[in-house]
Amino acid sequence: MADSPVLDVRGLTKQYSVGRLGRRKTVHALSNIDLTVRKGEVLGLVGESGSGKTTFIRTVILLDRPTAGTIEVNGQERVPERPSARQVREHRRQVQMIFQDPYSSLDPLHTVRYSVGRPLRAFGIVPRHEQRAAIEELLEQVGLVPAVDFLRRYPYQLSGGQRQRVGIARALAAQPSVLLADEPTSMLDVSIRLSIMNLLLELRNSKSLSLVFVTHDLAGAYYMSDRIAIMYAGHLLEVGSGADVMGDPRHPYTQLLRKAAPDPEGDFGRDTRFEALGDPPDLTSLPAGCPFVPRCPFALRECKDALPEWRDVGAEHRVRCLLYDEPSTPGERE
Amino acid sequence: MPPLLEIAGLTVGYGWTGRPVVTIVRDVNLTVGAGEVVGIAGESGCGKTTLALAATGLLDPPGQILSGSVRYQGTDLMSLSPHELRALRLTEISMVFQASMNVLNPVMRIRSQFLTAMAAHGVDSSAEATKRAEETFDLVKIPRRFFDAYPHQLSGGMRQRAVIALALVLRPKLLLLDEPTTALDVVVQRSILQSLNDLRRELGFGIVFITHDLSLLVEIADRIAIMYAGAIVEDAPAKDLYQHPRHPYTSALMEAFPALGGERKKLEGISGQPPDLRRLPDGCSFAPRCPKVIAGTCDVIDPPTTGRDEGHLVVCHLYDEREAQVG
Repeated sequence: MADSPVLDVRGLTKQYSVGRLGRRKTVHALSNIDLTVRKGEVLGLVGESGSGKTTFIRTVILLDRPTAGTIEVNGQERVPERPSARQVREHRRQVQMIFQDPYSSLDPLHTVRYSVGRPLRAFGIVPRHEQRAAIEELLEQVGLVPAVDFLRRYPYQLSGGQRQRVGIARALAAQPSVLLADEPTSMLDVSIRLSIMNLLLELRNSKSLSLVFVTHDLAGAYYMSDRIAIMYAGHLLEVGSGADVMGDPRHPYTQLLRKAAPDPEGDFGRDTRFEALGDPPDLTSLPAGCPFVPRCPFALRECKDALPEWRDVGAEHRVRCLLYDEPSTPGERE
Repeated sequence: MPPLLEIAGLTVGYGWTGRPVVTIVRDVNLTVGAGEVVGIAGESGCGKTTLALAATGLLDPPGQILSGSVRYQGTDLMSLSPHELRALRLTEISMVFQASMNVLNPVMRIRSQFLTAMAAHGVDSSAEATKRAEETFDLVKIPRRFFDAYPHQLSGGMRQRAVIALALVLRPKLLLLDEPTTALDVVVQRSILQSLNDLRRELGFGIVFITHDLSLLVEIADRIAIMYAGAIVEDAPAKDLYQHPRHPYTSALMEAFPALGGERKKLEGISGQPPDLRRLPDGCSFAPRCPKVIAGTCDVIDPPTTGRDEGHLVVCHLYDEREAQVG
């Protein structure tokens, strides 16, 4: 696995204005996110709903324009202030997205052939006379076999798992280097979930795709990911290998998530109690320091003053928390 | 003393009069003791929700109970009139549904929804009703100030707590929960389930917990019944089921949930799809997907039920003693 970053996000920030004039508030959906994804790597992005996971993906693919920050794909800087339509198009050829809801992300009025063929036409991937063969090949890659049977079907003629496969085929059609998957399995039944996760892993292996796998399911993230990033209130709080982040969680928030996840080995009722730990954060009035302070059982006075710097707690395991010794030397990144 | 809930030979189908009936729940036996937590797990469409609806008399046409009985503390629920059944709801048996965030009326304050429900069950005095409702709010850990709020002013987790409070306000002895936390985040889910568990210890009600999340169920249930294609294929104490699953479907269902740690190995989960309930295969319904299928037996003969005496029931040919002797 080459170490060159395929996707390099720096200082990504997204703010929304809400409310009427005079009562206007700013929602800090993403705050200064630095994240890289290497070639052929699966990065799991984990957080609660409202933590900014989906905003991150939407911003990276330019469905929403970032307030600040840069996004580099394959070493080419994208998205300075105002990208041109041509730049956006080129960006989306290389970065594609798989949506959460397979029931609403396919146009019900169009056949599978049309939906999967659209990126081929839009980006001029293959000549017109080769399109049908290319579509069939894509469908076979995502396990919709025999492909001929699926070409003329409409979404309503497909099960949820099959629709999600069509969504994946459509994303692959553009021949992207990065796939952004926004909770691709959360709307699917248990038995289907694993097959979609396995499909994504196979595609990663066969095409050395890079994958950002967004989820709130810790076990799923552990199964899928080479590295896991923990997001809370639009901030990244911990990044590391799957084994480090799940096996030795350092940030109090990661520890909370880890303990809250269903665990058949666990003993219900004897674990740490969670009720006292309060509500999800209000993104319109985040504390100046660490966003987790209001819920953190270990919060120090300094935590409220400023957001802690990143600290290295292991090889490639970094955490943004004052509980761990010295901050990393400035300038040193991943 | 009869058990809290006793479902015997319950078979439920859907179909209008004169049209063919599709059997959704087949010959289900299940007992719930006082204060016991019984989990029901299975894939979508295996009949979990239909079973719960039928057991509480909430099944609407075209749903119909084809045979079997449901007894609540010895009383046959099917012999009761709709009026008598209604009197039992909330006071004796309560149910919390999957989309229960949407159960609350958006244009009524929480207070009036509680008072209306309680007035329907004879708690007429507003002061008395308010007192009871506020006590229940304390139990499920919602600040009392939200009592006068509209549902949209509450977060998803808080709304779910409010619905659970409503289900518990008249202190029923049996609570049916159908995927009560599926739409919630792990931390919120854990905190609600812990509250429920504390409440159960305090108030002593029994719980039927329906979910597809087997790993969650193993943690909170005393006993788990695994449902496949409308029938219970395994029924055992939770830890026993987790450590020594017998039915190949149970093992496959567990395989479908990745672990939180340890060695990362590829999981296969369950291949294939659940059968069409209109055309169930001969013999065992799971045979077409089963990795341990015995050709000539599983796809021909209905599987036997074994292990009832030892409290670990399984419906599978692999545990048929006669066959084991022959083989």
